[in-house]
Amino acid sequence: MNPWTFVVGAYSIAILLTAALIIWAFGSMRRAEAAAEALTRE
Amino acid sequence: MHAFANPARFLRFARPATAWLLLIGLALAGFGILAGLTLTPPDYLQGETVRILYIHVPSAWLGMAGWMGIAAASISQLVWRHPLAAVAGRATAPAGATFAAICLMTGSIWGRPTWGTWWEWDGRLTSMLVLFFMYLGYLALASAERERGGEGRIAAIYGLVGAINLPIIHYSVLWWRTLHQGESIGITGSSIDNSILWPLPLTMIGFTCLFGAVVLMRIRADLAETKVEARMRRMSR
Repeated sequence: MNPWTFVVGAYSIAILLTAALIIWAFGSMRRAEAAAEALTRE
Repeated sequence: MHAFANPARFLRFARPATAWLLLIGLALAGFGILAGLTLTPPDYLQGETVRILYIHVPSAWLGMAGWMGIAAASISQLVWRHPLAAVAGRATAPAGATFAAICLMTGSIWGRPTWGTWWEWDGRLTSMLVLFFMYLGYLALASAERERGGEGRIAAIYGLVGAINLPIIHYSVLWWRTLHQGESIGITGSSIDNSILWPLPLTMIGFTCLFGAVVLMRIRADLAETKVEARMRRMSR
């Protein structure tokens, strides 16, 4: 058993899930704030 | 806390804080991960797999801290009726659930070469899995309550009752003879050598900042959505 396989696997999961969480939170925030701003301008 | 009861005042603080937390979090977590992968020696017993520690411990801390945040928001809502408390609880849950999942998965991956098994129904692992399912329950409950126009009181009670699991997770390694090792890092010191330990505070603080940034982004999204919904309701009259 190569220990680096487990290390790389664990880091990949942690980085991918954290990045997905940040991108989802950022995207939903931008969309919601843009919709609120557009409505205010109207 | 009550200074932030006004959403406009809260947003004046949240906008710059989100950017700063993201930047500091990315820098510290990034450097901590690089250091943990390249600058520390392998452990004399665990070998290279000890490096999983630098992501597993922060995710375990954040999985539990997330529910502490939900419990604090629940008290704030039930006792003081803080207008942002329900929003804060809803905003904390996705980040807490994600880090609880990361903790379970990285722990499982570490367990295979170290314990010889991917999973064991011991006290620490099982109580952490229960926490993850509780997050899913909270997310479903809070979202259903919001859709029905509720104040989030049912989710707050659930969040408060669910906090009973936190001491169970923490003390599980003391209360039961489990496969999971006992506390390696305490208030008085650590049983881990400094040559291995030093990147851990970097990833702990870094991931905590990222967690904070995600919570602020979710609160901002929730406030903007509420604003749009309120305007749409006024316009439809």
